Amino acid sequence: MKVLVPVKRVVDFNVKVRVRPDGSGVDLANVKMSMNPFDEIAVEQAIRFKEQGKASEIVVVSVGPKETNETLRTALAMGADRGIHVLASGPVEPLAVAKILARIVGDEAPKLVIVGKQAIDDDCNQTGQMLAGLLRWPQATFASKADVSESTVTVTREIDGGLQTLALDLPAVVTCDLRLNEPRYASLPNIMKAKKKPIAETTPEALGVDIAPRLKISRTFEPPARSGGRKVASVAELAQLVRDHVGV
Amino acid sequence: MSVLLLAEHDNAKTTDATARALSAALQTGKPVDILVAGENCHPAAEAAAALSGVARVILVEDAAYKHGLAEVLADLIVQLGAQHYQTFVAAGTALGKSVMPRVAALFDVMQVTDVSRVVSPTSFERLIYAGNAIQLVEVPQGKTVLTVRVSSFEPVKVGGSAPIETAAAGPAFPRTRFVGESVQQTGRPELTSARVVVSGGRGMGSADNFDALIKPIADRLGAAIGASRAAVDSGFAPNDLQVGQTGKAVAPELYIAVGISGAIQHLAGMKDSKVIVAINKDEEAPIFQIADYGLVGDLFTVLPDLDRALQQQNRVT
Ligand SMILES: Cc1cc2nc3c(=O)[nH]c(=O)nc-3n(C[C@H](O)[C@H](O)[C@H](O)COP(=O)(O)OP(=O)(O)OC[C@H]3O[C@@H](n4cnc5c(N)ncnc54)[C@H](O)[C@@H]3O)c2cc1C
Ligand SMILES: Nc1ncnc2c1ncn2[C@@H]1O[C@H](COP(=O)(O)O)[C@@H](O)[C@H]1O
Repeated sequence: MKVLVPVKRVVDFNVKVRVRPDGSGVDLANVKMSMNPFDEIAVEQAIRFKEQGKASEIVVVSVGPKETNETLRTALAMGADRGIHVLASGPVEPLAVAKILARIVGDEAPKLVIVGKQAIDDDCNQTGQMLAGLLRWPQATFASKADVSESTVTVTREIDGGLQTLALDLPAVVTCDLRLNEPRYASLPNIMKAKKKPIAETTPEALGVDIAPRLKISRTFEPPARSGGRKVASVAELAQLVRDHVGV
Repeated sequence: MSVLLLAEHDNAKTTDATARALSAALQTGKPVDILVAGENCHPAAEAAAALSGVARVILVEDAAYKHGLAEVLADLIVQLGAQHYQTFVAAGTALGKSVMPRVAALFDVMQVTDVSRVVSPTSFERLIYAGNAIQLVEVPQGKTVLTVRVSSFEPVKVGGSAPIETAAAGPAFPRTRFVGESVQQTGRPELTSARVVVSGGRGMGSADNFDALIKPIADRLGAAIGASRAAVDSGFAPNDLQVGQTGKAVAPELYIAVGISGAIQHLAGMKDSKVIVAINKDEEAPIFQIADYGLVGDLFTVLPDLDRALQQQNRVT
């Protein structure tokens, strides 16, 4: 069974981004970039399926500028088999990414697509569900547990109030939540080996997908700052403040 | 053309998140219909009809909708909405986040995720980069699909009496099957609607400590309980209590963060709280920079002392 894992190159989660004063967006010059953390979890899950003898091949896909190649190499070093780089500069909206992925699914015919639940830059939380919608495939979002057989994937999902378990006929789309697994680090030998793994390049045009943005971002600005920092000296004082604010 | 709002309900009533998403939907200035889909959910439809400002309730009763599965709900919304609605709204909960992007894809439009302000019927604010920036987004002509950041809107009050109309079920989707669910009823206020939230982090040390120290204070304050990702990952608290960028956003009157360092991913979910209190033994912890009141101390002595102090103050009054 072939598994497809889309991975996105994003600003590292440790970076506090700065908004450009002219309102045109976020300043990304010289900022550390990494694989979206949820996508590391997705890659890890695919590797575990392969180690369990359930997946035969793991193909990673990324849509982005030429540096995105590094992100694909990271996924290959973790244990994916080959990569597909869809070259695109500038931000590509989830709908366009989903369309690109749908085309690649058409070519590659994977049984399972494992996606991150959310990219930590745009915080959209859309792509996996959109891909499933375009393909009319079953979807299971926010997976905290997943088990796959020849014909089904059984997923436990994080929902409001607790957990829900669904069984999806393959082919299907699963989106990962934080508790699905803990991604491995690539070992040095595997990083070396990854350099020889193939990455195919293509473009949205070659795939016949229009990536012109649908939404217009007319302004980007900073949220109002909080003025915190006051310390209280005693528990009694804290209790009084708490009482004042809740009226208990 | 009108707005169709997907209701979340437990068959008996609609959720607080639905009432908040309704607020956002009404701010578009257009008539808002509420879709109540489920099995034996007529009482929930009545509850939806009683929310102020609702034009009509569309009730669809079928076993297919019992478990809130995205595939059938998205197809139903598209079937109902293709002709008669322009804008589609849901609360940005696990349900809304699963269903609405699928709806958007079927309409070939982008979704606007987690709207925090309705500026006009076609422009909305939303947060990106863990709340470090806000975008003003304009949607083009045509279908508009939104999820709502529920903590940014007040719930609509009851006081309406909208007509309830029934509609036929949409297509089935047998390739996805419900297997089971474990949902906890805590008897506490919901995290996203509580006036007070007490959250614990990794500093709590264990699930037993979390229960023994956080719960009494939450009980005394009538508060909901929240947690950091580290606390959830360590099994101190269930997953749906995670507050943050990739968990829930809350904006209570009072948020008390205990043993939480204040990573940006956590702040993203709580920095709209009216008053923030932090208890942490590390005076350099970033949480203190945004806390209105910080107490530097060991939570294992501070929390029991605080509980006693609140108890005594209760007696005095
Ligand atoms: C993709 C991604 C998504 C994420 N999403 C979220 C999210 O939605 N929500 C979220 O919360 N995090 C999220 N995180 C994680 C976030 O980056 C932090 O790791 C997390 O918030 C830390 O939790 P914490 O503050 O409980 O733990 P720590 O950072 O370990 O802090 C523990 C604090 O407890 C204090 N402490 C310890 N013992 C005591 C004591 N006895 N008395 C008093 N204080 C004590 C310490 O001084 C310390 O400040 C995400 C991370 C990633 C990569
Ligand atoms: N440019 C991209 N290239 C590859 N995968 C992507 C891209 N954008 C989004 N994805 C995938 O979709 C998931 C959700 O992204 P989003 O809908 O933007 O929050 C990510 O975790 C990735 O798995």
